[in-house]
Amino acid sequence: MLRVRDLHFSYGKKPVFEGVSFEVEEGELCGLFGPNGCGKTTLFKCCLKFLKFHRGSVVMNGIDITDHRIEKMAKLVAYVPQEHKPPFPYLVKEVVLMGRTPHLRGVFGIGRKDKERALNALEVLDIGHLADQPYNQLSGGQRQMVLMARAIAQDTKIMFLDEPTSALDFSNQIRIWEIMRRVAEEGVTILACSHDPNHVSWFCNKVVVMNRNGIVAEGAPHHVITEQVLDEIYQGVCTVRSLGGTRMVMPKVVADKESDEISIESRVGMRRAAAVR
Amino acid sequence: MAEELKRLSILERLGYERIEGFSEERKVGILISLLALMIVAAAIAISLGVYEISVIDVYNITLAHLSPLGDTSAVNRLYDTIVWELRVPRILLAITVGVALATSGAVFQGCFRNPLVEPYILGVSSGAAFGASLGIVYPQFFLSIQVSAFVFGSVAVALAYILARTRDETPIVTLILAGVIIGSVFSALVSIMKYISNDSALREIVFWLMGGFYYASWKDVALVSPVVIASFLVLWFFGWKLNILSMGDEEARTLGVSPEKYKFLLISIATLITSLAVSTVGIIAWVGLMMPHAARLLLGPDHRFVVPAAAMLGGTYLIVCDTLARTLTSAEIPVGIITSILGAPYLFYLLRTRGRAIFG
Repeated sequence: MLRVRDLHFSYGKKPVFEGVSFEVEEGELCGLFGPNGCGKTTLFKCCLKFLKFHRGSVVMNGIDITDHRIEKMAKLVAYVPQEHKPPFPYLVKEVVLMGRTPHLRGVFGIGRKDKERALNALEVLDIGHLADQPYNQLSGGQRQMVLMARAIAQDTKIMFLDEPTSALDFSNQIRIWEIMRRVAEEGVTILACSHDPNHVSWFCNKVVVMNRNGIVAEGAPHHVITEQVLDEIYQGVCTVRSLGGTRMVMPKVVADKESDEISIESRVGMRRAAAVR
Repeated sequence: MAEELKRLSILERLGYERIEGFSEERKVGILISLLALMIVAAAIAISLGVYEISVIDVYNITLAHLSPLGDTSAVNRLYDTIVWELRVPRILLAITVGVALATSGAVFQGCFRNPLVEPYILGVSSGAAFGASLGIVYPQFFLSIQVSAFVFGSVAVALAYILARTRDETPIVTLILAGVIIGSVFSALVSIMKYISNDSALREIVFWLMGGFYYASWKDVALVSPVVIASFLVLWFFGWKLNILSMGDEEARTLGVSPEKYKFLLISIATLITSLAVSTVGIIAWVGLMMPHAARLLLGPDHRFVVPAAAMLGGTYLIVCDTLARTLTSAEIPVGIITSILGAPYLFYLLRTRGRAIFG
């Protein structure tokens, strides 16, 4: 569904990435994972034709994107940017309705179906109560949810999400990942970048790991989110543990402290037990 | 109740579909009342003037001209000239200019994603002022003051656009800076013209710069109104796209609206009507900045409603200001002075009371 081949991009003379290639199959939820400043957002912008890449190709739905017109692209791929603030106080429902723009036709344009879709998208995310509030007065997390709803209303085959959970509270983060999984199960191809290794390993079908030199690893989460790969990008900060069968990535410091404490506790416990005896 | 049902069915027949949660009937209702307000203001303005003519005479004359069966030979010739040759074209021109400035103000604010932008930001006014002063000082070289003002107004904006364009892109900050630069260059040129002109020409330049409808004639109305009305309809048609553009370039792209293409188109049309308005009546400040705000206050930020509401408010505002300008004293006051004096406190009030809602 999405195939990136040998992509090169540089800002002026400073190369951002050279020779990036990966693939995402239809209906897959793919996580893009990598440290700050490694070019994840730039990669997104190249795939979405905001930036012109110098070499390589991006193929979506079997068609090279350089052949796609901007109006056609919008029917194929939706984008959830990192949160931003528009200058005018549009209502939430209006912002979500903007997602229907690529599908509008005729003089009156916005019909009953489009409005229904917009309201449905709000219901999917369970933020129907925000519909009549000005979008630019919401909190950062709420705005992210609204942009997600807009992408759902856009009704495309592919979705790009740039750190969709960065400003959300814990329960909303999980909710967004769950929704992305549901949307992917309906056949939508999703590429989402995230900074949380646990989220990508728990929720994604596939993970692409990137650092400043390009792609480090690509594949199923349990093959990719390993101590070896994490060491390569984060230089020995993380450790991977298993907790009741679920893999957890933890900071080494915490994991070491934890194991110390456990041993102290158990020693104390043993001493108590001995005293009682 | 029955009336409301009737109104709805008319709208639905026009292709309008209603749905719970998106209440647009209220907004359509406000638009209709704004149109009515403008018509009422125009009707009152016809009957006011320094030369006293009774209301009945005024409407007899107007009706005689408007109805196909009307007989204009029966009315007083002097009254006829005053009402039909002076007041009516003047009011129509005021409406046209108000619509032009307010519409392009709304479009500029949307395209530039900044509620403090006015249609003169790209240097139209300074360019036109230079053109007009050239025409005033050297009447032998230029067709007319109006043509020369229009040409230089458009040239100024084109220059700003060319200056700001780098690698197929026109970043907004660069464009605004280019507009400021071009504007200051043309202002300096206007100063040169003032410096070298003689006393009567200087007086004329100064009056032109303050703006006014003193010389309004049917010829101006016939020239300017069709272009402004057509442009207004086109800009209104792009109202939804303007919403998308105001979200930013990248957002617009992902939603299938090419920012380069549509911004160029919308700014060109808005510049055309601003330039026409300025070259006909001089520089009238505040209308283009204030009316979109007032419209947003009434109807929210959706440009499908802001554009027509701003247009009608602009028309109404200029009718009121121009009527004051010609009736307050026996000599005329330049209308630009009145729009500023009335406008500044209004914007101040907006900032203090509703600043957060409008400016985010």
